[in-house]
Amino acid sequence: MLRYLLNKIALLIPTLVGITICAFAFVRLLPGDPILAMAGEHGVAPARYEELKQQFGFDLPIWEQYARYVGEVATGDFGVSISSKRPVIEEFKTLFPATLELSFFAMIFAMVLGIPAGIFAAVKRGSWFDQSLMGTALVGYSMPIFWWGLLLIIFFSGYLGWTPVNGRIDLQYFFKPITGFMTIDTLIYGKWAAFRSVLRHLVLPTIVLGTIPLAVIARQTRSAMLEVLSEDYVRTARAKGLSSARVIGVHALRNALIPVVTTIGLQVSTLLAGAILTETIFSWPGIGRWMVESISKRDYVVVQSGLLLIALIVMAVNLIVDVLYAVINPRIRAA
Amino acid sequence: MSQTEIAPMAAGNPDRLTGFKTFWHYFSVNRGAVIGLFVFILLVLAALSAPLLAPYAPDVQDKTAFLRPPAWQDGGSTQYLLGTDPVGRDILSRLLYGARFSLLIGAVVVTLALTGGITLGLLAGYFRGWVDVAIMRVMDLILAFPSLLLALVLVTILGPGLFNAMLAIALVLQPHFARLVRAAVMAEKGREYVVAAKVAGAGHLRLMLATILPNCLAPLIVQGTLSFSNAILEAAALGFLGLGAQPPTPEWGTMLATAREFILRAWWVVTFPGLAILITVLAINLIGDGLRDALDPKLRRS
Repeated sequence: MLRYLLNKIALLIPTLVGITICAFAFVRLLPGDPILAMAGEHGVAPARYEELKQQFGFDLPIWEQYARYVGEVATGDFGVSISSKRPVIEEFKTLFPATLELSFFAMIFAMVLGIPAGIFAAVKRGSWFDQSLMGTALVGYSMPIFWWGLLLIIFFSGYLGWTPVNGRIDLQYFFKPITGFMTIDTLIYGKWAAFRSVLRHLVLPTIVLGTIPLAVIARQTRSAMLEVLSEDYVRTARAKGLSSARVIGVHALRNALIPVVTTIGLQVSTLLAGAILTETIFSWPGIGRWMVESISKRDYVVVQSGLLLIALIVMAVNLIVDVLYAVINPRIRAA
Repeated sequence: MSQTEIAPMAAGNPDRLTGFKTFWHYFSVNRGAVIGLFVFILLVLAALSAPLLAPYAPDVQDKTAFLRPPAWQDGGSTQYLLGTDPVGRDILSRLLYGARFSLLIGAVVVTLALTGGITLGLLAGYFRGWVDVAIMRVMDLILAFPSLLLALVLVTILGPGLFNAMLAIALVLQPHFARLVRAAVMAEKGREYVVAAKVAGAGHLRLMLATILPNCLAPLIVQGTLSFSNAILEAAALGFLGLGAQPPTPEWGTMLATAREFILRAWWVVTFPGLAILITVLAINLIGDGLRDALDPKLRRS
């Protein structure tokens, strides 16, 4: 197992180097002078220009600049945002829990609905339920989620007036974040009204962000389950006279879930891409909206570091998924 | 060689015909796929004949009719069937012209991604060694970023606009093709027909393009269809975020972006462009599912 893990980590090193090269290159690929581009619309005085040039090391040879950049990143120095003047890593730390919380709920939503639906569709293959579920899943998979979010806002917020339109919590509630996860923080403080407000703000973004993973998970669970149900050991279990529930729930499901775990892991990248759109629609203060806003504000220091940090997250999650996969499927470890 | 003598016969080759017939047989079993194909053909026709079908030019503003609701709702008129947008443009006309953009985006992006992906995948799978390692590491790297984020960043570098958005999306989708082609080439490379062609003296280029590539087409066609719909979605998302096609272009995602602030007052400005995206993407995905069933012998039910 340890060998498997080390092997996986070793394979990630080229990607890691590549990611830093991408982030490093980003600022230098921007049209025009990188310092002027990073300074934004206001421009810089010539004296300040020279100062910045030295500060960023643009006067050094390119490989030295890269070495310097990697050194900075490795020590946790991700630069200072041009627009807010705060260290990028500080901003990231306050915003990331919002994205994480939303993604977590979206994934729970997708799994809690998708896995049982997929199992049921596979067991009742060809039935009315199966066909309509697969039809719905394809619609979900084809959904432009930014439009889906707007539709839900029109109906639930505009027409029914049930849910708030933006943000994470009503403005009247204010407390110092402990974990950054508002569902947990409000409970720690014991503020029930605030907790309810948080949940009401979470509902629509969760549905919007969870829609595509839900469709993918339902489809994947169904096909994995269908494959497993035709295996010999399932037939054996049935022949032994085990109850249908036991055959499906124990013998079939455990093996069917192996590919589903991979699918769930692969959804992390989809989730982060979806978060960009979902957070923009619902003014959700997370890293997706942060990236979009920084791009429109031309805060390229934030874009550069955000790109790097997000890619690192995706990489870390993929590694975790690989390890989990090996834990539940011993055949992988041996290979 | 004797190619020219065989060619005329190939036209009436009974095998070819049965090939298509078999394909159609399996494709048409999937009812959804046939519906998808039908809708897609309608969309293509609508896009091609937009100037004939559309009641107005896409950018004509009627200053007496801002945010007019659709015909069937109070205050609407048959003058503007699907209503008008905040500056008094006919939504139906804009949607019809918008179909041109979406289909163009899909076609251009898939062409670019296919060309790039096939080239890189062939090189990697055929030559292996350091060529393979170098190409596939770069592909892994592209896949390490969430697709939309990478597209956003690329558009930031290239500058916003429809063409740059297409370039960015093609680059982001291209690794999927490269991986597919590489895997297929590696599987085919050791087959006897390839060895036979090599022994007969075929060069690298001929082996790659004429011998191996045609046998890798099936998964590529399926992936191409899925990428077509993905490209439309991503381009619309970029347009929605203000980095794709720029207003007043009647691209569907861009239309949604400009309509956003009116959602609680005028549902139709938001609903119709998104519905158009959904229908188009759904139709193409239905076709994709049908193609996969028809082209993948493993999934065929006898």
